[in-house]
Amino acid sequence: MPPAPKPVPKDYVPAFFPKRQGGARAAGGPEEPRTSIVVVGHVDHGKSTLIGRLLADTGSLPEGKLEAAEKASREEGMPLEYAFLLDAFLEEQAQNITIDTTRIGFRYKGQSFEIIDAPGHREFIKNMVTGAAAAEEAILLIDAHEGLKEQTRRHGLLLSLLGVSRVIVAVNKMDLVQWKEGRFRVLEKEIREYLGGLKISPREVIPISAREGSTVMRRDDQHLPWWKGPTLLEALLAGAGKSQQSPEGPLRFSIQDVYRFDARRVIAGKLESGRIRVGDPVIFFPDRKASRIKSIESWGEETPLREVGPGQSVAVTLEEQIFVERGHVGALPEDPPVESREVRARIFWLDTEALRLQAPVTLRLGTQSVEARLVAIDRVVDAEKLEAVTDTREEVGRFEVAEVRLRCRRPLVYDAHERVSATGRFALQRGPRIGGGGIITFAEYPASLAKPVTGEHLTWTEGRVSQEARASHFGHEGAVIWLTGLSGSGKSTLAVALESLLFRRGIGTMILDGDNLRHGLCADLGFSLTDRAENIRRAGEVAKLMAESGLVVISSLISPLKKERESVRASCRSAGISFSEIFINASIAECEKRDPRGLYQKARKGEIKGFTGIDSPYEIPEQPDLILETGKEKVVESAERLLSHVLNLVRLKEEDREGAPGPGGQI
Amino acid sequence: MAHSIRSVADFDSRSGKSFKETSLLLAESVIILAIYVKTIQSLSFMSYLQHLEDQSIYIFREAFANFKNMAMPWSMGKDSNTLIWLAKKAFAGKIPFPLVHIDTTYEFPEMLAFREWAQKHYEIDLIVIVNEEARKRGIGYETHDPVTVTHELKSAALQQALAKYKWDALVTGIRRDEDSTRAKERYFSPRTADNEWEYRDQPPEFWGQFTTAVKPGEHVRVQPLLDWTELDIWEYIRREGIPIPKMYFSQQGRRYRSLGCWPITKPIESSVDTLEGIVEELKTTKTSERAGRAQDHHERNAMQKLRAKGFM
Repeated sequence: MPPAPKPVPKDYVPAFFPKRQGGARAAGGPEEPRTSIVVVGHVDHGKSTLIGRLLADTGSLPEGKLEAAEKASREEGMPLEYAFLLDAFLEEQAQNITIDTTRIGFRYKGQSFEIIDAPGHREFIKNMVTGAAAAEEAILLIDAHEGLKEQTRRHGLLLSLLGVSRVIVAVNKMDLVQWKEGRFRVLEKEIREYLGGLKISPREVIPISAREGSTVMRRDDQHLPWWKGPTLLEALLAGAGKSQQSPEGPLRFSIQDVYRFDARRVIAGKLESGRIRVGDPVIFFPDRKASRIKSIESWGEETPLREVGPGQSVAVTLEEQIFVERGHVGALPEDPPVESREVRARIFWLDTEALRLQAPVTLRLGTQSVEARLVAIDRVVDAEKLEAVTDTREEVGRFEVAEVRLRCRRPLVYDAHERVSATGRFALQRGPRIGGGGIITFAEYPASLAKPVTGEHLTWTEGRVSQEARASHFGHEGAVIWLTGLSGSGKSTLAVALESLLFRRGIGTMILDGDNLRHGLCADLGFSLTDRAENIRRAGEVAKLMAESGLVVISSLISPLKKERESVRASCRSAGISFSEIFINASIAECEKRDPRGLYQKARKGEIKGFTGIDSPYEIPEQPDLILETGKEKVVESAERLLSHVLNLVRLKEEDREGAPGPGGQI
Repeated sequence: MAHSIRSVADFDSRSGKSFKETSLLLAESVIILAIYVKTIQSLSFMSYLQHLEDQSIYIFREAFANFKNMAMPWSMGKDSNTLIWLAKKAFAGKIPFPLVHIDTTYEFPEMLAFREWAQKHYEIDLIVIVNEEARKRGIGYETHDPVTVTHELKSAALQQALAKYKWDALVTGIRRDEDSTRAKERYFSPRTADNEWEYRDQPPEFWGQFTTAVKPGEHVRVQPLLDWTELDIWEYIRREGIPIPKMYFSQQGRRYRSLGCWPITKPIESSVDTLEGIVEELKTTKTSERAGRAQDHHERNAMQKLRAKGFM
């Protein structure tokens, strides 16, 4: 043990530094010099060896790593195994395969590179996808002796899907084919033809030997005197810094969240493409609400930002208070995205269990997350021949690529991948895990092409349809949202707003209005306390029945007495229905000032007897589930809070969704 | 450049400088000036830091939007302080979740002083956790090996806190370049109810879509700094002017590159006492960052074993 460190003075302040430059966060800015590279190819074609070689030759290994690898190789009785440099885990060394995506940086001639090592072992392909999706450039390795293998082609296919179009092909292990140019040219022709079919034109096809160190950094005139092209590092250098990420394009602002931590209402999100300037008119899809950018919020900046560019994380405030939330996409009026429930895409599937027709799946695009189902498999692509498999398919299997149509439960905002890549690609999630992804191939088509799907809403359960089955079918639970408050407090306004917000999210909903009930079901009742109690009881029973059928019922009744509200709650609870008491809180003075229907005036004049708040009591809820201060906050704020409360209440949790038999599921 | 040296000027004045030291300082100033000019020339580098910042902010916001009960372990080190800075930016000045300090009771006094200062300065909701039970059992560096102590006082303490507070997401400051086992991490990395990392079967992660669903008892490690390197952190601290402990700067010819429990954390020989100097030193070093952290080197694969059991 070293001696204990000395105490520090009481008036301690840490090391402080002034900022290097004001407004460091320049809008846009030059392209980044760090190039990320993914190395792909068939198992055992030498990926790890190549990466080890790149690191060793460029002097990028930390002290001791090379020596440790040499020692490990000696222990195995082998010459220096460059692959060992990467294999951090014991079990990997034993199996001689790389388990997961690894990232390692190196520098060469003033340029920074980051290698994303993706494994070639078939069952680990999802890691390759993880790596390749983040890469700007790919090195596709082919064993000169073995030639193109199934995974060589599959990886090429996935690269095209993941949008990695800059590819260098390295024909490795040239030493095993006696450095013959003829063999190299045959493979070069074959791979160029294959990649050409995927619209990928490799920047270079280079003969190398990673083990011998030939044409990686150093030229090898002894063995490859016929090669006049670049070394692998020269080729990488030529493409360095030419980032293909974050291009300019139409504005697509994905909202991640709305923060109300203080007086500001901050809309936080990511610029998937395009730029935002203060004063810009922005329309938010799918609701098509319009506002202007009031400010760009930037904590820690000396001068407020006026403009932000593609790829940036931003926070803005808006001129007009409109209802926006996570998943909405901001765009400029002249260049809007597509909004549709139908998606045509080319997808890849990675999960062990196949993706079946009609099976429910969550489609995640930007910050949108919608329930969807696979409604048609147009064709499955054969990685070997790049031809469509013609037989009718009921499912997309593991590692397959297919052209499909998906139908979403609510409108999805997107673009064709060719037009805006960031809003033209998505992940597919089943249960809690991401199982695949895809790019949108076609973004505008007439509604007539959207064929109705039969059998989609069939649910079969022995005997009675259970509440769980209903919830799974509708994608949400039924519930009773009980708004209580004085006349004129804003119950009806909020009920109407909530109904519309829920409905647009694909949630079945209905308002139960106090006045409307009195026209039919409760036409026989007056306004005595007994009759009012009976009115509440009937309303409660109806609400419960409707909620049992799967709807989110919004009840809008003054319901002044605590006892009666409690008895509705108890009745719902016994039926297993969520009941939420929402106190719409506005002072009597405020309500009287509003007096939307002139009722207070009449009550004051004595024309209405037993009016709540005037000559009849209102019992304030003691423990409401939510209080909305309509006297203090704006309608949009109250509506937002109410919506988020209700969504939390009725949205299915992942485990429920997994376990419950879904529509279109197994019968 | 004088402003950068100011923070540690008190150490300089305390030790009377010899002629040799003075000329060293002079040489250093020239180097610093050269770096400064070089940095101005290569402003494009700023753009990469901007990309990292934007990505980290995106990750923070995705986590907060998707998890109901998140928290951020905080060690007061350079990575942790960078995280606070990024969180302030992500949430427009207000960090809307608690920070957690796992106090091993072997903290450097300066780190505790820093903790107190930062809590006020950043308006942090701070939870301090000590594995009192293990300390009562006599677990300590005086009597036990570093792997055992680290496991008990850090990982087990975190495990206890997870059980108590039921966090569904923890923001960590780990980076891929720190250690080869960390190179294989994801931005959102699920942990089992036993706080274990199933590194063999990780869900795919692409296009900004992360694993955001957890089963009861599980949590997700959210790692906004995964793509950053040690150099990026220092460049960013320099760009933004982020306050950090003074121990990172040379005092009597030694400074700390990575900070942990005092009995097992060794300083490196270095006269560097400016941020510019740290950046330059890092560009030429070949020693790994955590070389001064004893628990990593206690036995072969120590780090992997620690991490599979929940160590950050």
